[in-house]
Amino acid sequence: MGVVGERLQPTLFERSHPGRGGGKIPHPPADALARIPEAARRATPPALPELNEPEVVRHYVNLSQLNYAVDTGFYPLGSCTMKYNPKIDEWAARLPGFAGLHPMAPDAVAQGTLELLFELEAILAEISGMDAVTLQPAAGAHGELTGILMVRAYHRDRGDTERTEVLVPDSSHGTNPATATMAGFRTITIPSAADGGVDVDAFRAALGPRTAAIMITNPSTLGLFESRIGELLEATHVAGALAYMDGANLNAILGRFRPGQAGFDVMHINTHKTFSTPHGGGGPGAGPVGVRAHLVPYLPSPRVVREDDGTFRLERDGERPASIGRVRSFTGSIGVLVRAYAYLRAHGASGLAEVSDDAVLAANYLRARLRDAYRIPFDRACKHEFVASASEIRQRTGVRTLDIAKRLIDKGFHPPTIYFPLTVEEGMLIEPTETESLETLDAFADALIEIAGEAASDPAVVTSAPHEAPVRRLDEATAARQPNLRWRGMTGAQTPCPD
Amino acid sequence: MVPGDLRYTKDHEWIRVEGDEALVGITEYAADQLGDIVFVELPDVGRALDAHATFGVVESVKAVSDLYAPIGGEVVATNDALSGRPELVNDDPYGEGWMLRVRLADAAQAEGLLDAAAYEQLIAEG
Repeated sequence: MGVVGERLQPTLFERSHPGRGGGKIPHPPADALARIPEAARRATPPALPELNEPEVVRHYVNLSQLNYAVDTGFYPLGSCTMKYNPKIDEWAARLPGFAGLHPMAPDAVAQGTLELLFELEAILAEISGMDAVTLQPAAGAHGELTGILMVRAYHRDRGDTERTEVLVPDSSHGTNPATATMAGFRTITIPSAADGGVDVDAFRAALGPRTAAIMITNPSTLGLFESRIGELLEATHVAGALAYMDGANLNAILGRFRPGQAGFDVMHINTHKTFSTPHGGGGPGAGPVGVRAHLVPYLPSPRVVREDDGTFRLERDGERPASIGRVRSFTGSIGVLVRAYAYLRAHGASGLAEVSDDAVLAANYLRARLRDAYRIPFDRACKHEFVASASEIRQRTGVRTLDIAKRLIDKGFHPPTIYFPLTVEEGMLIEPTETESLETLDAFADALIEIAGEAASDPAVVTSAPHEAPVRRLDEATAARQPNLRWRGMTGAQTPCPD
Repeated sequence: MVPGDLRYTKDHEWIRVEGDEALVGITEYAADQLGDIVFVELPDVGRALDAHATFGVVESVKAVSDLYAPIGGEVVATNDALSGRPELVNDDPYGEGWMLRVRLADAAQAEGLLDAAAYEQLIAEG
């Protein structure tokens, strides 16, 4: 890394010098302070850092250079689909017609944006095999909640009020049980079968008149396609329940498996995974939800409607009375949705199928390259990701998956997801995505194989890693047990930072 | 490594029956699998627990897991030390890392749980 000077940056407060600054208020009236009512004036000056402009710019640029991102290197963080985000998406989102549109602009001046949203809904419906899509939810988990609230509305509308349970497999994303709980259901966890797949018989046994929905991730969080998914969906519908598909792993099945067509009733899509919108540090996201025809009345409002004359408008209040209502302000995270649209248009149908094929090929290539150095608990054809385990390495050498992940940082790679799914001991979930070259995949496999060798020959170098990162091994346990969340370095004449 | 005088669940809780009361905690294997434990959430004293009901949550640097009551009863005490020192569960899972003291609804239920040999076999099978 080419970071100039100190790699870890002192805070702006620590760099502050009284009287230094980057700008001045021009021509303040002499009696400026007197114009502010006494009661509204502070007793002491605010504790703001004082620096000049280049100091501030260097501070942030140097901080940004400590980041590891998919734009700086390979990022095989399983379950997260850290694919490269093409810059054409950014270009599209910055077009002034989209970027400058006021969210409260009347429909007449928002026609282009409304048309894009309308078309994006149709494209996502085609991909997912669903009949209609809402773009409102702001993230995947928000999409889950929206989907399950529609399931609840569906059962209630039919007078079917005894359905209080949602079934989820034990390998599910934690958001699935959280969603069910938030929507007022009781979560029933179903153990996985020995082959890593859904235990269809256990699901059958748990299905009944109390089941509102099942929530399934396909391919599963182990990167395995559920080979008995048809049976499971049929049993679900026979029991009168609905099937929710967690679309987190959609990147594996584009153009190959359409969940709606297979019999799922509702699913969400993570645009930041499959359609290359930014994963963004908690910033705005999008988790569109697709539904089959019987759930369309419950979709959040307002939807975009196309009039007979080809113009577009948003639904009016009360136009669709069965709707579960609004789940987000305005019409969703427009900037994110524009990026997803650009990605979809740039690829087209055949390009998207190739995306999934390449993602699956890359994962299987890495699985084959790593199988001698690591245990592969489910060593059969995987989809876009697979689990490797260091359980045997740990038994032999004491080196844990956590240590291997830290050592990978020294080798220049972002570690894979570790200790997820929880069902695999010392697991690491590796998802290369479709956007990496063979050279990159080989370099990553070489690094992991090399670390397995180090674990045997020089375990201390692994257990004390990272050695090359801006910081050494963090004490995560103490950080979590005694979190220190406030900066209190301000001393001297200035007042301390407010709490 | 697995104490012989305790009973166990397949979810890795242990129970030590003492008359009509019992102590409950999680096993060394569970604590080791979870890694460094950073937070333990326990029920209020007086709460009635059914067998297999979730009685709390244990959070480690790796994962958040539910805790399950091995058998039914009423909570008569919880280990307050764990709120400040959750690491006791890692350091001494069968001693200072205990979690609940429960007045048992039916002490004979404990007979249905795993004994040390059966539990050892369970964890050996992974």
